[in-house]
Amino acid sequence: MSSLKIIWSILVKDLRVEWRNRETLASMCVFGLLIVFLFNFAFETANEEALRLLPAVLWVAIAFAGVLGFNRAFASERENACLEGMTLAPVDPSLIFVGKMLANLLFLGIAEVVMAFAAALWFNFSFLPALGELLLIAFFGTMGYAALGTIFGAIAANTRMREVMLTVLQFPIAFWILMLSIDSTGNAMRGDPDGNWFGGVARVAGISVVFTVASFLLFEYVLEE
Amino acid sequence: MPPQDHIAKPVLEVRNVTKFFGDLAALKEVSLGLACGESALLYGPNGAGKTTLLRMLVSLARPSSGEVLFGGRNIERDGAGAKAAIGFVSHATFLYGELTVRENLKFFGSLFGLSDLEKKIDAALELFDMRSREGVFARDLSRGLQQRASLARAFLHDPSFVILDEPFTGLDSQSVKQLEDLLRRLPEQGKALLFSTHDFEQGAALAGRLIALKAGRVRYNGPLDAAPFGSLGIVRAAGPKN
Amino acid sequence: MTKKFPISLHFVLTLAALIVALYMIFLYAPEEMTMGEVQRIFYVHVPAAWTALLGFLIIFISSIIYLWKRTQSADELAQTTAEVGFIFCTCVLVTGPLWAKPAWGIWWTWDARLTLTFLLWLLYVAYLMLRSYLVNPGRAANLCAVVGIIGFVDVLIDYMAIRWWRTQHPQPVIMGGPGSGLDPRMTATLLVCWGAFTLLFFLLVRLRLRLAGMRRELSEIRHVLAFKLSED
Repeated sequence: MSSLKIIWSILVKDLRVEWRNRETLASMCVFGLLIVFLFNFAFETANEEALRLLPAVLWVAIAFAGVLGFNRAFASERENACLEGMTLAPVDPSLIFVGKMLANLLFLGIAEVVMAFAAALWFNFSFLPALGELLLIAFFGTMGYAALGTIFGAIAANTRMREVMLTVLQFPIAFWILMLSIDSTGNAMRGDPDGNWFGGVARVAGISVVFTVASFLLFEYVLEE
Repeated sequence: MPPQDHIAKPVLEVRNVTKFFGDLAALKEVSLGLACGESALLYGPNGAGKTTLLRMLVSLARPSSGEVLFGGRNIERDGAGAKAAIGFVSHATFLYGELTVRENLKFFGSLFGLSDLEKKIDAALELFDMRSREGVFARDLSRGLQQRASLARAFLHDPSFVILDEPFTGLDSQSVKQLEDLLRRLPEQGKALLFSTHDFEQGAALAGRLIALKAGRVRYNGPLDAAPFGSLGIVRAAGPKN
Repeated sequence: MTKKFPISLHFVLTLAALIVALYMIFLYAPEEMTMGEVQRIFYVHVPAAWTALLGFLIIFISSIIYLWKRTQSADELAQTTAEVGFIFCTCVLVTGPLWAKPAWGIWWTWDARLTLTFLLWLLYVAYLMLRSYLVNPGRAANLCAVVGIIGFVDVLIDYMAIRWWRTQHPQPVIMGGPGSGLDPRMTATLLVCWGAFTLLFFLLVRLRLRLAGMRRELSEIRHVLAFKLSED
């Protein structure tokens, strides 16, 4: 299908641009690590209290690292009016959305792996027992977050205070994606005492799908002149 | 994406278009049409609205009132056909600095859904003598070379409508001559050309039609040789140009 | 609609409703058992919250209409409602602590209403900020419409999520949750206040729309002038 080819082409282009720069991914990872480090240092390690906070710490780090990445995603398009250049081609704007969203998702996902690794190390906690469930939550949570970050990044690119505008839009609207992800992650890490792992994943997946579909449908209006 | 319908010969049209930027009227009730086989020079002083008009033809700007049509269809509703048939060059190069010239062309080619992409890239690079520099990152090119790469991008999908906003900017004299030769051939290839340039004589040598724009209004739209240069404020050099 | 319900009549009705509401708040509604007089803020706090929610619903509908039909008036309605709704929303957040501190000794609580209103307030702020900070105001209508739609979807999700969250992390219901047993006189006062606030809300929106309409006319006159002048 030609649509898939175009999405792939856009995704590969974003990956290649990032590979030549290596600024976005590096800064996301470092920023996320710093947040995890900050919290880990402030509380005692291997402490019950600290472990209860771990899901929140991780998702806050993901949230901030994500916003950092989303801002940069459209910065590279701005230099030579490349985003406009893409609209010169007979391409459905929604495909541009999917391509950029997948790129954002991938970068944030890589940063998440780095953060999770560091957290496991510093908090002396193994994510392995609940890995499957955690991966599902991480995937859906990040997908919804990245979808919002992509459309708001495109919107904020039109404003004078881009980074601030993106943050002001992203956090109130992605709030429940983060809250439900934190809740489900905590549940998974405690080994599902209620035995209701599916509910947690379904909630995160449900809300993320809603926001992803909404962003997908509305993106063309953001690109329109 | 079906190939452009050369048989039906679609026309790129602007009908009674007005464009406001806030309270400033950049274009006022502009109407014109461009058909295959024509080459037209869009001429006017700075701020006349040339760039705005050209951007409107490629959907990079929307009219405040009036419509832009391609083959009789409004490009706002049905723009894919127009976009597939138009090649556009502007002040911005639309190139990714982090990608090589070839990678940039490959990306744009994929957006147009072109088959035989590698061959077409080779052809486009040849056209603007960029073969030797296809592996150079776009950010490392000089302004003139970036312009040539941008031209290659515009011609990649073999557009039947070529729209160029001051395409000669930054080019050295040899590149200028090569581009002029290329543009001169377009009408006989059945293509349409609309371009703007600050050098009137250069434009006059390439175009059969003149569209004179001033303060957002079309002052003249007809055969170039018959234009009332005096009233349009155009000073022509006496005698033949070398 | 303006002919059937002129602004002057609207104004008089709103004034009358507000006077009746004031009477009912202070003289008709009985004093609450535990909290005393300060509880009367409830009659402002709750209707303001409902009105702020109504405001965003209107933004949602206008945004959809704008993207569908591209009518300028739909965008003006969305912008105006955002400004007025923001004020009502702020009102809820201000009356909340004013009530909570004397009544329960705490400044704030994340109960359902306050949480929802705070998130709604953030959405209003985001919407208004976007309008103000655009480099090219010509794109405002499109972009704000998108935010209006996604924002309202978020409000719906907020409502459902907060209710679910409170089943997981229950809180003592203190700020007049559903079914908290209101004296019928209190219910009557609440309803009258809600009616008065809704009238006030729409009055302010209409007044502001009139201003927006005048601005648009002025802009159109300027456009005509821009045509006539600079004829050279």
